[in-house]
Amino acid sequence: MTRSLRSFSAPVMAMVLLGLLAVFLAAPARAEIEVNVNRGDVQPLPVAVPAFGGTQGADIAQVIAANLQRSGLFRPLDPASFVEKNLTAAVQPRFGDWKTINAQALVNGQVTVEGGKLRVDFRMWDVFAEQQMLGLQFTSSPENWRRVAHKISDAVYERLTGEKGYFDTRVVFVAESGGRAKVIKRLAIMDQDGANPSYLTSGDSIVMTPRFSSNSQEITYMSLRPDSSSIFLFNLETARRESLGAFPGMVFAPRFSPDGGKVAFSVERGGNSDIFVMNLSSRTSTRLTSDPSIDTSASFSPDGARIVFNSDRGGSPQLYLMGADGSGQRRISGGGGRYTTPVWSPTGEFIAFTKQTGGEFHIGVMRPDGSDERLLTSSYLDEGPTWAPNGRVLMFSRETPGGPPKLWTVDVTGRVLQPMPYPGAGSDPAWSPLLN
Amino acid sequence: MMRSVNGNTLLRLALVGAAAASLAACASKPKPTYPTQAPPQTQPQAPPRTELPPAAPVTQAPTGALPGSTEDFVVNVGDRVYFDTDSHDVRADATPLLDAQSAWLRRYGAVKVRIEGNADERGTREYNLALGARRANSVRDYLVEKGVTADRISTISFGKEQPIDAGSGEASWDKNRNARTAVVSGAR
Repeated sequence: MTRSLRSFSAPVMAMVLLGLLAVFLAAPARAEIEVNVNRGDVQPLPVAVPAFGGTQGADIAQVIAANLQRSGLFRPLDPASFVEKNLTAAVQPRFGDWKTINAQALVNGQVTVEGGKLRVDFRMWDVFAEQQMLGLQFTSSPENWRRVAHKISDAVYERLTGEKGYFDTRVVFVAESGGRAKVIKRLAIMDQDGANPSYLTSGDSIVMTPRFSSNSQEITYMSLRPDSSSIFLFNLETARRESLGAFPGMVFAPRFSPDGGKVAFSVERGGNSDIFVMNLSSRTSTRLTSDPSIDTSASFSPDGARIVFNSDRGGSPQLYLMGADGSGQRRISGGGGRYTTPVWSPTGEFIAFTKQTGGEFHIGVMRPDGSDERLLTSSYLDEGPTWAPNGRVLMFSRETPGGPPKLWTVDVTGRVLQPMPYPGAGSDPAWSPLLN
Repeated sequence: MMRSVNGNTLLRLALVGAAAASLAACASKPKPTYPTQAPPQTQPQAPPRTELPPAAPVTQAPTGALPGSTEDFVVNVGDRVYFDTDSHDVRADATPLLDAQSAWLRRYGAVKVRIEGNADERGTREYNLALGARRANSVRDYLVEKGVTADRISTISFGKEQPIDAGSGEASWDKNRNARTAVVSGAR
């Protein structure tokens, strides 16, 4: 069976080839289940993830099942329905037992702790083809069991969709507390499933708009004090923090270039905001825009050649494109409404944005030439999308009138919209690249 | 000008010499307290003011604020003006208050101020930072045009980060689109 086209012209979404079930049953050994991420008109794939054997085997299975569920592409089956119990990774499953509950894929495994190391062996099975699709072993320290579960989730996702997963990732965001009028904003980080949240700053200054480097565990963010603003670089592995330097006027909206060697940002002087780019090794800055309007929220294309940004030079905030040297500035957003916060997708095929129209805020996507605009969400206040590293899911913040901001995710088709499993108030999410 | 200085001196003496009496007098006034910081205003726009008379500060400072003090500026001049949606143009109804600010700043020439631009929540964070900066600079430009020297004025934008009204709705947004002139130094 050929892999599905990655084309996005059709309404995108999880396609489970249930319709070809008969083909699987009759087909020779090459037949495989497959999830087509490009179609959205069919049910999620039923999968079984029984508790792994050994210490924390049940926890690991739960994390995997929850990841797969949240992707919207898979439907983990209720463990109470399982016929075969205590399945280990050492034996072949009784496929008939799993066919009975219509599990298309089965993920099982065994946890062993030896010499202070956690080892997880897992296999994934195509139940109806009765063949193994995946067999891998992960070793780590025992406290790292959630990361092992995320890596298994990524392996399952990639094997079934043909695309990289996004589960072994983290999210930097702004944790908010204290209420709207006296809000305390702290930089924080958590796993993509909301686990292991921790603070990175103390809350003595307002922090905003963190962004990940696309190739390292480094972030850049803005800090606002009563009389000044700063942009910081912060290495999450070394905890080294440094300022981008002093500028005449305000600095804000920092973004890394794809190679991590540059930061684009806005400098405001005399009420006019323009986009600059700083080479981080030479510390020299180049001005990219000089229009008397607001130019901000620059975002590089994945190849680093172009920048999409926000400008109100035409009278209202719209999205513009330019070369990474500032050349060829032109508007790409065409519809009515106000467009802000453009973010180029990691795959290059889309630009996500916030759009205000009709008193509502939306998260949307368009192609880099401005075509094929689709609004994925709608609410009182949706803002600030960030892409999962595979370009399939967006995280953003949502506020109800008077309420605190909460983090939500939506897949790029707009079908799978849900709050993040993080209970606190948060804004300005930034999704990390896949961890190593 | 001399009258003004004399008047201030007299008031200062009065305050120093009879603090208890002065405080008691204050307490009997309609406004029972005066703030040490800018109070959240409850009206979307400050009442129009004409230029302050040059003297008679005792009767012009009913809350007891010392002329030339931060309290005097906040209470008797007004520190905040408001803007229309998506606009950084100084509104016609804001000019009397800004005229009073410029007069006060020209009178107390040692005072330095920082103008803080603010935006309502109906915009995204970074654009609103830029919009707040525009508002702060509109006020700055107005004051400079009215004779306040530019090096006494700094600006910053808080975007939508520091709403003075935590509510959601037109009335709250009207209040949160503003520029506040904050006394930084040089006040009495």
